[in-house]
Amino acid sequence: MITTDILIIGAGPTGLFAVFEAGLLKLKCHLIDALPQIGGQCSEIYPKKPIYDIPGFPEILAGELTDNLMEQCRQFQPGFTLGERAETMEKQADGTFIVTTNKGTKHQAPVVAIAGGLGSFEPRKPPISNISNFEDHGVEYIIKDPEIYRDKNIVIAGGGDSALDWSIFLSKIASKVTLIHRRNEFRGALDSVEKVQELKNKGLVNLVTPAEVTSILGHNHVTGVTVKKSSDSDEEFNLMCDHFIPLFGLSPKLGPIANWGLNIEKNAIKVNNSLDYQTNIPGVFAIGDVNTYPGKLKLILCGFHEATLMCQAAYRIINPGKKYVLKYTTVSGINGFDGTRKEAPKAVVKKIE
Amino acid sequence: MDQDVNITILDRNGVSHNIDAPTDMAMNLMEVIRSYELAPEGTIGTCGGMAMCASCQCYILSNHNLPSKQDEEEAMLSEAFYVKENSRLGCQIQINPEMEGLKIEIAPES
Repeated sequence: MITTDILIIGAGPTGLFAVFEAGLLKLKCHLIDALPQIGGQCSEIYPKKPIYDIPGFPEILAGELTDNLMEQCRQFQPGFTLGERAETMEKQADGTFIVTTNKGTKHQAPVVAIAGGLGSFEPRKPPISNISNFEDHGVEYIIKDPEIYRDKNIVIAGGGDSALDWSIFLSKIASKVTLIHRRNEFRGALDSVEKVQELKNKGLVNLVTPAEVTSILGHNHVTGVTVKKSSDSDEEFNLMCDHFIPLFGLSPKLGPIANWGLNIEKNAIKVNNSLDYQTNIPGVFAIGDVNTYPGKLKLILCGFHEATLMCQAAYRIINPGKKYVLKYTTVSGINGFDGTRKEAPKAVVKKIE
Repeated sequence: MDQDVNITILDRNGVSHNIDAPTDMAMNLMEVIRSYELAPEGTIGTCGGMAMCASCQCYILSNHNLPSKQDEEEAMLSEAFYVKENSRLGCQIQINPEMEGLKIEIAPES
C-alpha cells in the first residue's frame, strides 16, 4: 500500500504544480497516470509545440514546461505510479480513500485530487468489425513486451511515429514485419522515416501502401489479416501473420472516474469553484481540465490556480484546527523534503565610509 | 449580424442544426461546433485544434470551395477512422464569408 497526503490522479501540468504547492504546506504527494511518462497532454500530444499563455513565459514548448514543473517540485519528492490507470476509489471508515489501479496497485490518502485532464489516454481502435474477438489473442494496441514478437510474423498498421519506431525495432527481432498505411507519406521524425525507407530497401520491412486492414483472420488467435489496397482496382488479399498491431495513437477518455459517484456534467467533474474545487465527495477535489464550473476555462494557467487553492483546503482537512498563515517563497525560501533549502540571498548591509 | 454566415450542421445523432457562425472572430468549424455544443465536450477538439487528433472530423456535404488541406491535415486524416472522400478536420477550416450555406456532418467519434 502506497500512502501519502494528497493522492493526485493525473501527472500533467496541473498535477505537477499541485505537488509544489502541497510541498510548501509540508504535504506529500503521489501521482498516478495511465501514461508511462509525466506531462499528460503536454508530453503525449504536443511536446514540441509552443505555448504562449503561461504567465512569465512569452513562449515555452509543452515538453519544456513539463521538465520545468518537474524541476520545480523535485525537492518535494513526489511518488509516481505511471503506466497504470486509476480504476476504483473506496472511502474507508477512517475517512481516507483507497485508490486501486488497473494493475492492482493500491494507494491510500486522506485527500484525492483528480487532475485527469480529458481523461486517461486509451489506444484508438480501428473500426474493424471482428477486431474485439482477437484482443490479447494476437491483436495488441500497445506494445508492452516486445519479446513476445521474437521470431513471429508481425503486421503493424499506422502512419505516425509509433508505427515507424516499432517497425524499426521489431524488424530486429521478428521473423517478418509488414507495415501497412493508408497512404505513402508517413508523419514522423525524419530519421525514423529514412530508417524505414532503408529497411524497406534492404527487404527487412515489408511496406504495403496505400492500403488498410479490413478484417482479421483466425479462430482463437490471429492467423492473418485481409488487406485492401487503395487503388482503382480496390484489390483485396490475405496476409498471413501471428500478430496484428494497430498503432493509431491515443485518445483521452474519462474512463472509470465516471463511476466514482462524482457529479459529472459535459464529461467533466462538477466542483465548488467559489471555495476550493472540492467535488460532491468531501475530501475529493478536481482541478484542471477535468473539472467544470460556471465560467470554466480549460487553460493550464487556470489549473495552476485551482491546484493552489485545492492544497489550502487539503491542509485544513489533514491538519484540522491547525493555524496556518500564507508564506511567500521569496521571504521563507523552500525547504525540500530531501533536506535541500532554497532561499533568497541575504541583502548586503555594509557601511559606506 | 451581416458578419455571420449560415451553416447547417448534422450532429452525430443525425439531428440537423441551422446556426449562425461569426466570420470576424477567427473561429474555425470545430470551435463553432463546440460553441453551439453540437457534440459533447470531451468528444471534439481534444487536441485544441492542432490537427493532431481527428476528433473534429467532418464530412462536407455542400459544394463549397474550401481552402485546400495542408500537410498536417492530410497526414492526420490518413490515420483517422471513418474517413471519406469529403472528410475534413473542422479545426483546419476557418470560417469566412464564402461559407454561407455550408452544410456539414460531424463524423462518428473514435
